[in-house]
Amino acid sequence: MGNEAIALGALRAGVTLAAGYPGTPSSEILETLAREKPAGVYVEWSVNEKSALEVGAGAAIAGARALVTMKQVGLNVASDPLMSLNYLGVTGGLVVAVADDPGPISSQTEQDTRHFGLFAGLPVFDPASPEEAYLMVADALACSEKIGRPVILRPTTRVCHSYATVTLLDSLPRPQPRGFRKDGGRWVIFPRLAYANHLKINQSQAALADDFSSYPANRLSGRGRLGLAAGGVSWSYLSEALKDLKTDCRLLKVATLPFPARLGLDFLQGLEAVLVLEELDPVIERELIYLCGRHNLKVEIRGRLSHDRPGAGENTPAGVRESVRAFLGEPPIMARPLTDPPLLPARPPVLCPGCPHRASFLAVKEAARGRKAVFSGDIGCYTLGNAPPLDMVDTCLCMGAGLTMAQGLHRVEPDALNFAFIGDSTFFHTGLPGLINAVHNQAEIIVAVLDNSTTAMTGGQPHPGVGRAITGETRPKVDIFQLISALGPADLQRVSAFDFEAARTAVVRAMAGRGVRVILFEGECVSLARTSGPVCAVEGEQCLGCGLCAEKTGCPALSFNGELAAIDQSACTGCGLCRFFCPAGAITGGGHHD
Amino acid sequence: MTDCLIAGLGGQGTILASRLLGAAALSLGLEVRGSETIGMAQRGGSVVSHVRLGPGAESPLIAPGRAEVILAFEPGEAVRALPFLKPDGWMIVSDREIKSFGPSDSVAAWLGYLRANVPHLQVLDGRKIAQNFGPRCLNVAILGLAAACGTLPCSVADLQKALEAKFEPRLAGLNKQALQAGAEMAQGG
Repeated sequence: MGNEAIALGALRAGVTLAAGYPGTPSSEILETLAREKPAGVYVEWSVNEKSALEVGAGAAIAGARALVTMKQVGLNVASDPLMSLNYLGVTGGLVVAVADDPGPISSQTEQDTRHFGLFAGLPVFDPASPEEAYLMVADALACSEKIGRPVILRPTTRVCHSYATVTLLDSLPRPQPRGFRKDGGRWVIFPRLAYANHLKINQSQAALADDFSSYPANRLSGRGRLGLAAGGVSWSYLSEALKDLKTDCRLLKVATLPFPARLGLDFLQGLEAVLVLEELDPVIERELIYLCGRHNLKVEIRGRLSHDRPGAGENTPAGVRESVRAFLGEPPIMARPLTDPPLLPARPPVLCPGCPHRASFLAVKEAARGRKAVFSGDIGCYTLGNAPPLDMVDTCLCMGAGLTMAQGLHRVEPDALNFAFIGDSTFFHTGLPGLINAVHNQAEIIVAVLDNSTTAMTGGQPHPGVGRAITGETRPKVDIFQLISALGPADLQRVSAFDFEAARTAVVRAMAGRGVRVILFEGECVSLARTSGPVCAVEGEQCLGCGLCAEKTGCPALSFNGELAAIDQSACTGCGLCRFFCPAGAITGGGHHD
Repeated sequence: MTDCLIAGLGGQGTILASRLLGAAALSLGLEVRGSETIGMAQRGGSVVSHVRLGPGAESPLIAPGRAEVILAFEPGEAVRALPFLKPDGWMIVSDREIKSFGPSDSVAAWLGYLRANVPHLQVLDGRKIAQNFGPRCLNVAILGLAAACGTLPCSVADLQKALEAKFEPRLAGLNKQALQAGAEMAQGG
C-alpha cells in the first residue's frame, strides 16, 4: 500500500520520530511505522494534528529527522504551527505528509494541499505512485535538511490506498541528531526575525524552482506540437491512455512545487496547445499560464479553467483518456453499451449492527420526541446518525465544531433544546476547548459524549482515554468523566449506551435542567467487542408484523418483509436494542450489556 | 496482464481477497498493482478493489470495459460492477443477497440480468458457503471458484499457499476448506 511505502521510505531515510493524528487516507503511514517497530524510532498518535506537528517541530530543531502525518483537513488544524515553523526553520529534516482526498471519498473538503504549500511558501512533493512515494520521502527529507525548513509530501487517496510492487533499497546513513542548541533569539519567533526570514524564504523558494527543474520526478518526454502535462496519480492515468493513441505529443510530468519553471519553459517552447491533467485545484495549469504570460508565449493552456476537465471530483482512467483523445482529435473509445440495468439498492455507509451510537441516538430521540430540538453532530462514525431512520445529526462542520455551534444556535433560538454529540477521540482532539467555552460563557446546551473506546471511523486507533499507545504499550488513561467533572458543568451523568431505559432517563433529567449538561454514553465499538454469546431472534408466532424494530432502529441485521421481522444471525451482535421497540415482546436473546 | 475487479460491501472481506490474490501472484513473480476502498464506505457501503496482475499496468484503477474477471461478493454489487467487464470477460458471483433498506428489484432480476449480459458467468452458492464455513469465508470461496475456472494467473494451490502464510493454523484450515468448496462449485462450459 502507498502508505506502507511512505512509512518504509521514511525508515530508509533515517526518520527517528513520527507523530500524527488518524485521518483517511493517511492513517496507515503511522500504523506501518508502529508495526515495524524499528529500534531507536519513536512513534505516537498525538491528540490532534497541531500537537503532532509541534512534537515533530521540537524533534527537528533538535536535529532529528522527523515525519508528521495527517489528512488534508488535519493540516487546517496544524496550520498555525506550520506557518510559523517555516519562518523559524529546522536543523534536522521535517516532512509533513498530508494526504489529500479527491472526490472527496472520506472527507469534508476537496482542498488542495499544493495550494497550502504555495500559500505558506513551502516545498511540496507530489508522488504519482507508491513506488515514487517510497523514494520521495528520502528526497523530501534531504530537501528539508538542505533548506532548513519543513517540507510537505502530498500523496492523494489513489496513491495512499493503492499498491504496487516496490523494491526496497538499503537504508541511508542516519546521522546522530546534534541535539538542541540554545542560540540567542534563533528559536523565538519575534517580528524582526520573521521579517528577515521572510526574505530568506522567498530566495529559497526561487532557488528551488530552478533546482526542481532537474529533479528526476519532474521530466519532459515525447515530441509534437501538442503537449500533455500531468501530476500525481493523473500521470498514471495519462500513461495508460497513451498506449491507445496515434498522435505524438510532448509530455510534462510535474511532481513538485515550487513549479520547475525552467523545465516548464522547455516544455512550452514551440507548442500550440497543452492539456493539463491534475486533481483538485488547477495548480499546474495556472503555473503554465503564468509562464506563458511571463515569457510572452502563445500557447493555449487547457484544463479545468477552460472547462475541458471537470471542476471537482477525482479523475478516472476513462475520464482522462477521453479528455486526451478529444484534445488530440482522436475518436472516443466507447464503453460496452448495457441496457436497462435492474434497480439496485442505494448502499450508503451505515452504523454497524450493535453500534453503541445507534443506542445513544435513539435514547435522545425518544426522550426529546415532540420537543423543538437541534442535534449538532461532529466528525466520526456517528456522523452516519444523520441518515434515516435515526435522523439525529442536523449539523456537522469540522472536528470539535458540534459543541460550539450548538452554543451559537442556542443564542439565536433560546426556545430550542440544543444537543451536541461528540465522540471520544474528537472530544480529546478539539472538543475540550469548546466545552470550556460553554461552561465559561454559561451556554444552555446538552452535550452527549459518545465514548466507544476507540477512534472508530479511521480504523480503530487508540486515543488518550484508551490507555494504550499505537505501539501497544500501556499508557496512563485520561479519564473523560473526571476531566469533564473538573470543568464544573451544571450536570454530569454517565450511562451505558446499551441500557436503553437508564440512558433515556438520563436524557430526560438533562432536558429538565439548565446550563451545560453533559451525558457520557459508554459502550465499546463493535469492532473491539465482537460478542460470541447468544444473538437476538424474532419469535415468529409472536411477531405482530408491525415492522417497528427495523423501522425505528435501522439496524442492518434486521429486515422486515411486510409480514414478519427477521434478524440475520450472522450480523447480529446481541446488543438487544431492538427489544425495546417491539410492542409484542417477540424479540428474545441478546442483551449482553444488561 | 490480468485485470481483476473485486466488488462487494464493506465488511465482506474484499480487501483480504485482494491481498491474498496479490500475494499469490507475487509468489509467482508477477508484478501487482491495484487500489482499494478504505474509509467511510467500509461501513456497509459498496466497495471495490482493483487488482492488476502482470507487467505493464500504470494506473492503480481499471478502466470500465477492461476487466478480464469480476469477483462479486453480492449479486446486486455484481450488477453495479458489470460496466467494468470486458465484452468476453468472466464473472464469479455469490448469489447470497445482503439485505438493505430502500427500493430495489429482486435478486432473481439481478441474476437474470447477469445471465443475459455476462458471457462467462459462474454462480457460487453463497448461502451454502456461509452455512458451512461462516459468511467471513465467502471471500476465499469466490477466489477458489475463480482460480478453478482458470480466470486468474494463479492456481487454487497458489492461493492455498498464500492462505497458509497469512493465517494462523486454525483459521488457515477453515479458509482452505472454503477455498476448496468454492473451487468445487465450478460448472462446466
